[in-house]
Amino acid sequence: MAQGVWTIVEQREGEIRKISYEIISEGRRLADALGQELTAVLLGAGIKEKAAGLGHYGADKVMVADDPRLDPYTTDAYVAVISQLVKAGEPALLLVGASVQGKDLAARLSANLDVGMAQDCTAFAIEDGNLVAIRPIYAGKAYAKVTFENSRPQMATARPNVMAINEPDTSKSAEVIDASFTLEDSALKTKVAEVIKDESGKVDLTEADKIVSGGRGMKGPENYKILEELADLIGASVGASRSAVDAGWRPHSDQVGQTGKVVSPNLYIACGISGAIQHLAGMSTSKVIVAINKDPDAPIFQKADYGVVADLFDVVPALTEEVKKYLEG
Amino acid sequence: MNIVVCIKQVPDTETQIKIASDNKSIVTDDIKWVMNPYDEFGVEEALRLKEKFGGEVTVVGLGPKRVTESLRTALAMGADKAVLITDDALEGSDSLAVAKALAAAIKDLEYDLIFTGQRGVDDDMGVAGASLAELLGIPHVALAVKVEVAEDGKSVKVHRPVEGQTLVIESGLPVLITAQKGLNEPRYASLPGIMKAKKKPLDEKSLSDLGLDSAQFGQEGRKVKVLELTPPPERAAGKIVEGETPQEKAAELARLLHEEAKVI
Repeated sequence: MAQGVWTIVEQREGEIRKISYEIISEGRRLADALGQELTAVLLGAGIKEKAAGLGHYGADKVMVADDPRLDPYTTDAYVAVISQLVKAGEPALLLVGASVQGKDLAARLSANLDVGMAQDCTAFAIEDGNLVAIRPIYAGKAYAKVTFENSRPQMATARPNVMAINEPDTSKSAEVIDASFTLEDSALKTKVAEVIKDESGKVDLTEADKIVSGGRGMKGPENYKILEELADLIGASVGASRSAVDAGWRPHSDQVGQTGKVVSPNLYIACGISGAIQHLAGMSTSKVIVAINKDPDAPIFQKADYGVVADLFDVVPALTEEVKKYLEG
Repeated sequence: MNIVVCIKQVPDTETQIKIASDNKSIVTDDIKWVMNPYDEFGVEEALRLKEKFGGEVTVVGLGPKRVTESLRTALAMGADKAVLITDDALEGSDSLAVAKALAAAIKDLEYDLIFTGQRGVDDDMGVAGASLAELLGIPHVALAVKVEVAEDGKSVKVHRPVEGQTLVIESGLPVLITAQKGLNEPRYASLPGIMKAKKKPLDEKSLSDLGLDSAQFGQEGRKVKVLELTPPPERAAGKIVEGETPQEKAAELARLLHEEAKVI
């Protein structure tokens, strides 16, 4: 019988990504609820030294698949290897982070394994020994509670920034196992020809802890400077509404909403965004929402924890100065 | 170069979602159905490649008869022919089942490229494209913002942004590519295009036409079972930040974010 919780660890250039700690922590909670072991599966090249430390976050075992062809990530290589490991190890649960890479992997792997998979979940529980997952649909206009009948492993991805990370316990370390697998070159049909790095150093909106976002009220691309100053100060990324993106003020990758990115930062500051239904859907899982808008009737105020009815061109620079006092205080 | 584009029909993004009395589905009475916005980028990219390399663009849709409208829209934009997989037994199928039906309809077509949207803006799974590629035994590249087909038409480079970087993925053909915003600006159907579309071939296929067992589809065939749909959790009522001047409001907001919300 399928037994145990597995999480797929995501690393980039040998560094474990934050999402991995989130799903190991959540995997620990689910493994405890089941009374079963948690295994973290780590793929990469020359990556083994990172394995034992995953025990600090709750992994009992770390299975390491080490092969030069597993770095950088390609869907083909990861699916080929993980599929073999899952068939041999028969876990009951397989958790993946809902990063760009994780969602890509999970989508293809679920078809390879012919199992059900729930993408981009915001909560998990064990009920009667089975995984129950909550996932926003229609970009958060509704939530679905789902389960997996007659389909093992039960497979799901977890939205970044949602699952709490366990306080690392350095007294605990995981048992490290070398994974046994074969990888045929003929299975590798795609390759990473080039990596173009974003030099801005900004965290992607889907993973950002804080976001300062601007809409039509920004009046033009040059005015985003005031948002960037605030964002730089508090370590936030800058987002935009669809109308700002469609006007060509900001790149497509900055769009928050139903046809852009769905985000869940700790702090979302919406400046000059009226709050179209598609935008509200895309940011409604943010923990603290601030709206700054001249129009007291703007729908964004319905979602805001803190609403400031005033001209953003007065408030934002003043807010930057006020925040400085606390940060320097 | 023959290209297949998969099309899903979804509620317009303006739609207010209302949960039906069964608590497992949504009220569909007043919904305006449209082509999934991400699929439009796939149709546009296919048409541009056809203009450069020649060949045919086939659009494949799945769902009730109303999906015909979205297929006709793609034909009016310039696609050559359409296939609609329609069968009462498909109602309520999950993403993997949909991918299986699409694979059965596409496997005997001639294709060099397949486009799908990166996700449907209804169930937000983003699974059908990758699953379809897996079932067809071809590679896929997700979230394309740029597609460069080599002059000899034998390979492709796809730009896909991941967090903080853009990966350029190289693949031979055939390959499945999922499209996202930024790939192109989809054209509008012209009036002559709309007239011509009415005469273009649109084949309907049932599950049995595709040699599939209807027991694997619909609610019964789901591997991911929906237990319940709920409205989004209510947010606690917010407060309007007080102050005589914008400066005072800004100072009060900073205080609240620091002392009360503890996020700064």
